[in-house]
Amino acid sequence: MTQHIVKSFQEELDALSAKIAQMGGLTEAQLSAAIEAVSRRDSQLAERTILEDQRIDALESDIEAHAVRMIALRQPMATDLREAIAAIKISIDLERIGDLAKNIAKRAIVLQNDFEGANRLIQGISRMGRLAQRQLKHVLDAYSSREAQAAMEVWRDDEEIDAMYNSVFRELLTYMMEDPRTIGVSTHLLFVAKNIERIGDHATNIAETVSYLVTGEWVADERPKSDTTSTTAVKAES
Amino acid sequence: MASFETTMEAGTAMNETVKDAAASAAAVMPVGHETKISATKVSVFYGEKQALFDVSIDIPARQVMAFIGPSGCGKSTFLRCINRMNDTIDICRVTGTIAIDGADIYDPKIDPVLLRARVGMVFQKPNPFPKSIYDNIAYGPRIHGVAKAGSQMDEIVETSLRRAGLWNEVKDRLREPGTGLSGGQQQRLCIARAIAVNPDVILMDEPCSALDPIATAKVEELIDELRERYTIVIVTHSMQQAARVSQKAAFFHLGNLIEVDETERMFTNPRDQRTQDYITGRFG
Repeated sequence: MTQHIVKSFQEELDALSAKIAQMGGLTEAQLSAAIEAVSRRDSQLAERTILEDQRIDALESDIEAHAVRMIALRQPMATDLREAIAAIKISIDLERIGDLAKNIAKRAIVLQNDFEGANRLIQGISRMGRLAQRQLKHVLDAYSSREAQAAMEVWRDDEEIDAMYNSVFRELLTYMMEDPRTIGVSTHLLFVAKNIERIGDHATNIAETVSYLVTGEWVADERPKSDTTSTTAVKAES
Repeated sequence: MASFETTMEAGTAMNETVKDAAASAAAVMPVGHETKISATKVSVFYGEKQALFDVSIDIPARQVMAFIGPSGCGKSTFLRCINRMNDTIDICRVTGTIAIDGADIYDPKIDPVLLRARVGMVFQKPNPFPKSIYDNIAYGPRIHGVAKAGSQMDEIVETSLRRAGLWNEVKDRLREPGTGLSGGQQQRLCIARAIAVNPDVILMDEPCSALDPIATAKVEELIDELRERYTIVIVTHSMQQAARVSQKAAFFHLGNLIEVDETERMFTNPRDQRTQDYITGRFG
């Protein structure tokens, strides 16, 4: 991309991009810590992760203010306008991912005391978490390099997380039916899995925004969805 | 939508782009907007120097079309072809055809003076005649024999000033000189003068560049109202103004028409890199 004639405008655009990269890095670290806290049942790490979320929130307001100021003072057009809009949208998704990671960390603390025989489940959920981490990393890379193709790969790959969520969901239901004493733990794990699934959705939102930023067109297709849990029902056998 | 794709791909090949730009202009025209002005392969020469290269464009009726581009890109030159203002320059030569409502305006049988009544023009600097406000408006209808002095003329003066949004400000001082008005009022007086002879088309060459923001807003509001009746073509250096007032925009560069599109599209996602660089203020 050629440079702006007005240098200070170029600097503002670059700074906005840098802030998104910073926020993205922070969010990745938070998600990784939250998953780690669950799989290692590390409540100290979980506590730290919960506190760190403030920094993501602060960056979100900073980015929003930056973009609004740029729109008001520079009246950006075309690709510059899309940079400002994309920054606002991506920061909202990242902030939500941060909140979900924080919620996962909170549940890691609750899981502390009450944990027997759910190791296998935790492993499945960690795998799901790593998949979400990978999706987030790839979409942030696509943003940094302004590659619509790479972003759309993330968009398509979300189905994999959905599929994993479905199997975790069914597995947890089975546990709960077999032994009511697992209901407490399983419910928390269910929320952890749901949070990860939502993080995947936010990553696909970012992918759509990156595609818009690069091409100027919003993604028209409906994303392939494989989360069928909303319509899954279980009957107790009598 | 198919022509959208071709335009994008043809971005590098100039002639292709221009041809397809015209094609896409026709393709995206909303239903009910017939073409008012149709230019085909218009070139303009000042002596040996060619200022405009094979410009083909369709301008829809009762919409505002904005011409944008850097200084010397040919946008004003092309605008002045539409009412044959270039005829007044001896060394200027125009080739290609420009048709209004299907009739070639460079046909030898066409009287340029009558043409200029149909195609009015408003300039960068307000240029009222050194006459009263009333006579500024009445002058055109009088020489074209549209109306004789008296109540019929009074009515034309009032209607024109009303349409130009100036009536309430000047109705008590119609006999005072037009040059005594403020810059913004003078510009609206010039617009009133142009519409007094019942034109189809109004050409505006940077009509707000000498006006303050309030006067500019009034002229822009006026442009918005006028497009119900008239086809308006405006040349402007202000990207924001083009974005605010026009429904379609055409980008000129080095005497070539690069891109024609819906204004909204042009300012959010232009097809050609040169358009992008220009409207965002980058080095080309």
